[in-house]
Amino acid sequence: MTWSDDQPMVSIKDLHKSFGALEVLKGVSMDVMKGEVICIIGPSGSGKSTLIRCINALNDIQQGSILVEGREVNDHKLDKLELRKKVGMVFQQYNLFPHKTALENIMMAPLLVLKQEKAEVEKLARQLIKKVRLEGKEDNYPGELSGGQQQRVAIARSLAMNPDVMLFDEVTAALDPETVNEVLSAIKELAQDGMTCMLVTHEMAFAREIADHIYFTDRGVIVEHGPPDTFFDDAKDPRTIEFLGQIL
Amino acid sequence: MGTGLENTWIWGVRDMTMKQTKNNVLPVMMAPRSRPTDPFRLKAWHGLILASIVVLASIPAFAAEEPAKASIFDVLVRWMPLLLEGFVFNVVISISAMAIGTITGAALRLGQISLNGAVRKFAWVTTQFFRNAPWLVLLFFAMFLLPFEIKIGGLTIPLPDWLKAIFGLSLPVMANVSEIVRGGVVSLPSGQWEAAESLAFSRTQVLWRIILPQCVKRMLPPWMNLYSILTMATVLASIVGVSEMMTLTGQALAAEGGRSDLLIPFYSFVLLMFFIYCYPIARWTIRLEKKFAVIN
Repeated sequence: MTWSDDQPMVSIKDLHKSFGALEVLKGVSMDVMKGEVICIIGPSGSGKSTLIRCINALNDIQQGSILVEGREVNDHKLDKLELRKKVGMVFQQYNLFPHKTALENIMMAPLLVLKQEKAEVEKLARQLIKKVRLEGKEDNYPGELSGGQQQRVAIARSLAMNPDVMLFDEVTAALDPETVNEVLSAIKELAQDGMTCMLVTHEMAFAREIADHIYFTDRGVIVEHGPPDTFFDDAKDPRTIEFLGQIL
Repeated sequence: MGTGLENTWIWGVRDMTMKQTKNNVLPVMMAPRSRPTDPFRLKAWHGLILASIVVLASIPAFAAEEPAKASIFDVLVRWMPLLLEGFVFNVVISISAMAIGTITGAALRLGQISLNGAVRKFAWVTTQFFRNAPWLVLLFFAMFLLPFEIKIGGLTIPLPDWLKAIFGLSLPVMANVSEIVRGGVVSLPSGQWEAAESLAFSRTQVLWRIILPQCVKRMLPPWMNLYSILTMATVLASIVGVSEMMTLTGQALAAEGGRSDLLIPFYSFVLLMFFIYCYPIARWTIRLEKKFAVIN
């Protein structure tokens, strides 16, 4: 593989994706550099979630190209497992494994997928629990945790695989307003540590605060993109202006 | 208003909205009150009543008997050890058929979600065929299609009737277990698959480490239900001559000279035994159903 740090970590070119006759993505392109934080915003059904689910091959692609660290995702010979070891993902519905404790949720993948030493994995898992401020919840089952706590466990679980890029799919959309912040600050710390992050979000203030670049999607295309200040204060496209007018 | 409809639910809601505008207080939507759990539950004394019916059933006949004949109760007690032995056999048949059916049924289900198309088709057809066939017919097929012994090399393995009955009964169990596993697997939210896949688990790992462990809990109640049904179906083996409780009861009655006053007490005893065995399973199933319904 001839990828190096100065090339985009994720490079999407003319991506098309349909579900049957319904074309959800109609030619999307974007580049994300190492350490960059990008936010994708836009109305429901504009293809935001589909877009980031294509990056770790949860959705297949009809046309176009996604390179993750130089590895082509739109390739039937793709080793999905190798790709997913490098791409972490956090979901709207947390999707923790309910039959495992918080600590076990975090430890499972490193143990079973990466085949790491148990003692080391446990040490790492405890560090991660601490990082997302959930000390004391190690042995709780997901059902015993609040939504915000579950989501932080989910972030820690994903981080345990030591990914190079993290995908966040509307991770605060299912949370109570008072727990949104605890999840957002966990993501913020992650971004400050230099993790490459791609977020689909409806939290505009948060997007403005942490993003290096904002993409606005509507009806399967990227309508407008730019650095947060330019994007929020100086939007050009009427659709962006309308959307921001509704939401801010 | 005043139409006499105020008490119906719809009008009740409308009343609330009107109050809300009046007092500027939002109506509170009350959760529907849960029903008291199980209005009727069998207690130990219900079992006693049932048992005494068996005994009492013999009394009127007993009173009318000529002194020369033994009392019905004595006859029943005399045959009881043999009948209970027969019942143990029913239990053995049911447990064995359940074990075989569970293992093959689970395998059949895994075949149905296999990535290999031919395996998938075969597993699907097998499941559907045995699920939609009468148990008794399958039992007859097992009885008459299986040889009475198998020769492997120089080794001769006899296949007694009871063993064939176990095979015969395990076929529908297999198909039903396959469906139970299917139900368990599809009842899990797709997010579990996605989360596991995004953590780079292989398909096999997702299935064995994430999906199936969660399904077991969900599958336990229907699985136990199936076991209950199977246990009661073991008496079908009497039709093909396996000496389980039902067959032995018939033989005992014949040995007593076909006394008609013995029929009801004897068959009531059979009923009682099955009831005592199956009822706790049914109760336990309901308990598990409730427990798991809350957690997940």
